Amino acid sequence: MKAVEVRELVKDYGNFRAINGISFEVNEGEIFGLIGPNGAGKTTVLRTVATLLQITSGSITVFGYELPKEAAEVRKIISYLPEEAGAYKNLTGKEYLNFIAKFFGEGEKFQNIVQRGLEIANLGERINDKVDTYSKGMTRLLLVGRALMVNPRLAILDEPTSGLDVVNAQEVRRIINSAVEAGVAVLLSSHNMLEVELLCHRIALINDGRIIASGTAAELKKEYDARNIEEAFVKAIK
Amino acid sequence: MIGNIVKKEFKELFTLSTLIPIVVVAIVFASVGQMIGGVEESMEEKPVIGIVDIDDGDFSDIAMSVLTERAEVIYDGSDAEEGLEEVRKENGVALLVIPENFSQNIYANHPGEIEIYWIMKGAGMMDSISSGTVEGLIQAVNQEISKKLIQQDSSSDPALVLNPTTRIDTTSFKGKEIEGLSPSQLGNMLNSQSIVIPIVVMMLIIMAGASVISSMGLEKENKTLETLLTLPVRRSHIVIGKIVGSALVGMIMAAIYMIGFSRYMSSFQTSDINLADFGLALGMPDYLLVGISLFVALLAGLALCIVLGTFAKNYRSAQALIFPITALAMISSFIVMFKDFDTIPVILRVLLFAIPFSHPMMAMRALMLDNYFLVIGGIAYTAVFTVIMIVVAVRIFNSDRLLTGSVRKRVGLGKVVWGFRR
Repeated sequence: MKAVEVRELVKDYGNFRAINGISFEVNEGEIFGLIGPNGAGKTTVLRTVATLLQITSGSITVFGYELPKEAAEVRKIISYLPEEAGAYKNLTGKEYLNFIAKFFGEGEKFQNIVQRGLEIANLGERINDKVDTYSKGMTRLLLVGRALMVNPRLAILDEPTSGLDVVNAQEVRRIINSAVEAGVAVLLSSHNMLEVELLCHRIALINDGRIIASGTAAELKKEYDARNIEEAFVKAIK
Repeated sequence: MIGNIVKKEFKELFTLSTLIPIVVVAIVFASVGQMIGGVEESMEEKPVIGIVDIDDGDFSDIAMSVLTERAEVIYDGSDAEEGLEEVRKENGVALLVIPENFSQNIYANHPGEIEIYWIMKGAGMMDSISSGTVEGLIQAVNQEISKKLIQQDSSSDPALVLNPTTRIDTTSFKGKEIEGLSPSQLGNMLNSQSIVIPIVVMMLIIMAGASVISSMGLEKENKTLETLLTLPVRRSHIVIGKIVGSALVGMIMAAIYMIGFSRYMSSFQTSDINLADFGLALGMPDYLLVGISLFVALLAGLALCIVLGTFAKNYRSAQALIFPITALAMISSFIVMFKDFDTIPVILRVLLFAIPFSHPMMAMRALMLDNYFLVIGGIAYTAVFTVIMIVVAVRIFNSDRLLTGSVRKRVGLGKVVWGFRR
């Protein structure tokens, strides 16, 4: 079964067409990356798959569940990490993980989810401090922990390493890879094309609301005779 | 250079969101000013009264002369019942009865009794103005009789000279005959219902409303809302959870405020009259109704705040959105404080009934006078208002508006209900 199937997706904001007939699939246990410049439509695609936005036309299924009809079922098996997201500042890191975990289980299951979140975030004693006192990197690690602790079948990650330093970015990439090894499918977006090349099994290049090319990093580089994905993208949009 | 910075600062600070609150507050104050202007007019107007003079002696003649000069006397006869009927018909304030032996008693060094049958229309602060004017007339009558006593006989009892008459008050208020109390005494007793309750309800609504709207603004600013909306929880549960959580915070804040404010108000209260003695005390079912009215109004206010909160882009813009709620709460509390529901014009009555927060403000006073229809009708209306607001909020939570500020398209009732279940 496909983790995600998007067919001819169109999304309008009033008269503005943000997504113009996009189609792609994400396989189970795969990291699929959407890359493109700011305003290309990456976040809109992710928000639509994450059940946050209505579909203008086209179709989306997540592990066989159709959107928007079965949005409630989809929310049980996905986890969404928005770009530059925050957490509730008056809660401690642990309280925040507890809050989220309560939506996914009770008793032992709840304890296991929180434990997994603590391990992924790996914030040590600082997990008991208020989120308000966290650095940007610590908050992001907490949120990645929150997103992956529930063992989602699909993780939707919008710019997962946005604004992080090299060390924290590498740590987040390691966590994502570990989750995929455990069977999670990942749909992520980034405008850091080199990072996507490192992380993703397959990539779609997106510009002006359309997918202009897709495939593995090697396939795209070969197709556009480029040394890296960044170069392939520049050639693709010409 | 300075001009450039001034221009930038002006543009930054002089926005619609900063302007609207000031305009709203100005309108509220202007409305209150107009009401207070009305007070002055009411005080200058001659009160409409009826007089029954059975005594027909020297001192009753003095009283009659003062009263006819300073009041609009619409009945001057000898039948108290007929006089009272006339006063009621002419929307008058009171019927003054000067009984037989009034003058004789004063000559015998006993205060002369004046029986006053008051027609009290409302328990608001402005409703007792006309009765206050009549009480002023009685003072004037006393003064004139005192003068006469001093001129006639210097051996009169000084206590009598200073207070030559006593009053026997009977107040007719919304079908209840309350003996021994004048409208001003009754108004003083009902002060807590007239002032404390509207202010506490207003503060409760404003504080709880501010917390729910701020919470929406913060959720958007911190992007926690996006996470919340992708969790396996119904939108209706998110909306209800936010409302109930904010209601609890608001109630704690209002309780703290109420303790301080009640202490402040009690320092002005001089009345030690027991309401139960006059059939005005509330029973447990009444308090239950007041509680329900308050709870439902709070939910209605918060549901409205959630809908307004969906327009908040961030914490700052959320602060501006609380002002429509503040204005509605202030308007209803001021109206309830100054006037009674039955004594305001029909348009204001409709406005007051339509504002859900006004119902708990009016509930206690209405229940004291057995006006269950107003209280239960208010609860029913507020409950319907709450449900509509929650459905609207859930519908907005199911739409793109929360994240994009726009709704994709209009939907029918069927889809609204379907959206509520999601």
